[in-house]
Amino acid sequence: MAEFSTSIKEKGEVSVINLKGYLDAHTAPTLENNFTQLIENSKYKIVVNFEDLAYISSAGLGVFMAYIESIRENKGDIKLTNMSDKVFNIFDLLGFPLLYEIYKKEEEALKKFNES
Amino acid sequence: MTIRNKNKFSELRVKSKTENLSVVRDFVSENALNAGINLATVENIMLAVDEACTNIIKHAYKSSPEGEIIINIEYSKNKFTITIIDYGKSFEPDRVPLPDLQKYYREHKVGGLGIYLMRSLMDDVKYTSVPGKYNQVLLSKNISDS
Repeated sequence: MAEFSTSIKEKGEVSVINLKGYLDAHTAPTLENNFTQLIENSKYKIVVNFEDLAYISSAGLGVFMAYIESIRENKGDIKLTNMSDKVFNIFDLLGFPLLYEIYKKEEEALKKFNES
Repeated sequence: MTIRNKNKFSELRVKSKTENLSVVRDFVSENALNAGINLATVENIMLAVDEACTNIIKHAYKSSPEGEIIINIEYSKNKFTITIIDYGKSFEPDRVPLPDLQKYYREHKVGGLGIYLMRSLMDDVKYTSVPGKYNQVLLSKNISDS
């Protein structure tokens, strides 16, 4: 079975979700639960760190689509960081860079939140 | 005189459960690596097959875990072909428009990206449906120069 896990760290006002392993239709609900929980706790400033993510399918990409609007309506954002070239290419193929801020390093995304 | 068929074949049968997606990916990558395809292309083929099977599980079988998915791989020196058969509800890919992400965003729509990925990552994607009998999706990649 594909392994996937997440961990969340609070960095000031920002919640950082670290992704690890394989994000597909089977494992996407784990990440959905993370977003649901953060939104329930009114945490709308979210950075997702892809450093340890080995694989993503469109079911995984769909998770970001599902939550972005309600998060932005609450003056928050989902910023994506530390993607491998392989994972970035999939995001790029689907036009995500037009809708999401994608940074090379987590620190850049944190800094961006702290500026606003 | 018989001409020896140099093509290689493999088959995998799995139930329509999302937990089997990793089994399918492993099957595809093992065969694609054996075919001598470079890793980046292997990963693209794996993703395309994952997308096809995810669609079958969610749409053809409507997430019922008892459906059957049969994956056949055939490859030669020049071409790597995956044929995926299911016995669920038939599917009309021509009704799936190219995704407009801005529109998806406005309409909270999350599906439909898979077919676009399949078409982008593979050289050929063909659907055949015999309603009430079976559906088949054929994915192929030219590998002579990979």
